[in-house]
Amino acid sequence: MSDTKFVQTKRTFLKTGLASVALTTPFVNRAWAQTVELTMLGWYGTAEPDMVGAFEEANNVKFVPKYYAGGDNMLAALAQNPPGTFDIIHTDAEYAKLLVANDLVMELDPNAYAFDDLLHDDFKSFAGHWDAGGKLYSLITRFGHLGVSYNKDVLTAEEAASYDIYWDKRLTGKVGHFDWHLPSLGQMSLLMGNASPFDIGTDAWKAVQEKTLSLKPQVGGYFDFGGTFSGLKNGEMLAMVGIGDWVTGILERDGTPVASVVPKEGGIQWTESYSIAKTSTKTDLALKYLAYTMSPEGQVKTAQMLGYPGHAVTKAGRALLNEVDAAEAQRSHQVNGDPQDPITLINEGRISYRDIPVQQSLEDWNDFWSEYKNS
Amino acid sequence: MRRLNLYALTFRLPIIVWQALFFIGPLIFVVAMSFFVVKNYRMVETFELESWAKMVSRDYVWSAYRYTILMAGGAAALATLLAFPAAWFLAFRCSARTRQAAILLLIIPFFTSYLVRTFSWYTLLAEAGVLNGALGVLGLGPYKLLNTAIGTLTGYLTLVLPLVVILQTVTMANIDARLIQAARNLGCSPARTIWTVILPAGKTGFVIAALFAFILCFGDFVAPFYLGGSNPPTLPILIIDTTKAGQQWPRAAVVAVMMMLTLFTIAFAAIMFAYRKRASR
Repeated sequence: MSDTKFVQTKRTFLKTGLASVALTTPFVNRAWAQTVELTMLGWYGTAEPDMVGAFEEANNVKFVPKYYAGGDNMLAALAQNPPGTFDIIHTDAEYAKLLVANDLVMELDPNAYAFDDLLHDDFKSFAGHWDAGGKLYSLITRFGHLGVSYNKDVLTAEEAASYDIYWDKRLTGKVGHFDWHLPSLGQMSLLMGNASPFDIGTDAWKAVQEKTLSLKPQVGGYFDFGGTFSGLKNGEMLAMVGIGDWVTGILERDGTPVASVVPKEGGIQWTESYSIAKTSTKTDLALKYLAYTMSPEGQVKTAQMLGYPGHAVTKAGRALLNEVDAAEAQRSHQVNGDPQDPITLINEGRISYRDIPVQQSLEDWNDFWSEYKNS
Repeated sequence: MRRLNLYALTFRLPIIVWQALFFIGPLIFVVAMSFFVVKNYRMVETFELESWAKMVSRDYVWSAYRYTILMAGGAAALATLLAFPAAWFLAFRCSARTRQAAILLLIIPFFTSYLVRTFSWYTLLAEAGVLNGALGVLGLGPYKLLNTAIGTLTGYLTLVLPLVVILQTVTMANIDARLIQAARNLGCSPARTIWTVILPAGKTGFVIAALFAFILCFGDFVAPFYLGGSNPPTLPILIIDTTKAGQQWPRAAVVAVMMMLTLFTIAFAAIMFAYRKRASR
């Protein structure tokens, strides 16, 4: 056994320290010099490692997320931050048109993306992604459907197949709302038989309000993200208005007996896209990321996103999802031939694309929503 | 002419500066903001009555206002009643050491985030939770407790009950025990002793404790949102809703000013009552 002692004098400590710093500095400097930060304004989860990790590693880039909930907050973040704050903007289609109208995003080259590979023709010229002159500003990336979300221990899929189920006596005090007027009122509009639920006249709007107010005795609460998840998970809420598989899909993965179904009156589609801020100074890298999101690998990641699941928009993306994660593909019906295949539902005319109110202002809908909550 | 006392000013100045920077300044800004307008999601500094006209003409604002006052007032009253027996015991019936230990235990909940304490009620109040489980053993329930006014009150009491117990204990511990003994020796029942001796003697402390409870509940967002399910919303929830809907900060400022005016009025009335001397007969 050696009896040599390791003696650290002040001089040897300083020598070792200085030598270490001298040896590592070039590497640290190089790493710092090459890592580029891309700031993304998006819904929660879009810039988490499961989504952007592989791209970050391959391109020595670091995503800096700024998350929001609801399109209004996205527009506010853009208005209240200095130009150049954000590089990539992840948004809902109905708000993408406002980005274009306010000249906030740069034009994209449609030839750079596999538009021919999109699963549905509607996706190729999605409203709000293109301007009136046929220029592309927003690139579709994923979508999902909103319908009736329910507790499988209490309701069957057949019972949940109509929005009328919200008025069922078994659900008194157990119907929750995701606290956002657009999806909830959109569903009420579908129930009232409006083929374009967000483009309704004065009489139809009044009827939607009356129908919504009649639901009040059934309502157990109005919830944010967290409240929506816990309300369904602990069984306090047996049905939820205004959501879909993007919430129940996560709970299902954890074994909670909940599911979502597109009812006979039709469902509402949320559609998400990416744009690049006009003031971004890192457009090359941002464009590279947009191309990545359309690649089969990027599409699989978007379908599996841990924050909340969505559907792939390209055929190659769907094919790869079925190959690498058949269970998730089947659970979310992203399988060709499945009767609940989201593309089939669109083809059958059972889906309306979510929009901002056409004949009323957003403020009108917001006002009514506050009135409803306080009724 | 009085000379400026630098020594006294040294101690008084920090609190004056603090209040000016962090209370009066923001207060003036909130009042000013209520006259701004929002255009394209950006606040424009101007002087217009648009937000005031909009908010005061809406029934739902007044509905939320009434509900908030009712719930905060109810919670303050309930906390005052529930705290009294505990505070009475700690002040008069236990040793000083036990009292100190109890006060320490009452302070400990404040070491944990109020939000965490609120979420812990989910486990207890849910229909499949601990409380309904226990009631189920007795053949009762299940009762809906979450997302109700009971849930909101539970959250409010979580926030204020320990504080009210502490304030009432300190108040009663400072009452001259000989007054209570004299009342009992003269034949007063325990209830009459409380009514004619303890309550008048500790009036200031009791009122201040209740006032604190009211103020904290009136401005609380967490309990009515997470335990009450925003059903119906209170004024703090209305503020959040208003800012979310079109970034209407000026309208939210109107609600905030309404809340502050209410609190000023109630606090002023309560303090006047607490310090009012009883008229000599």
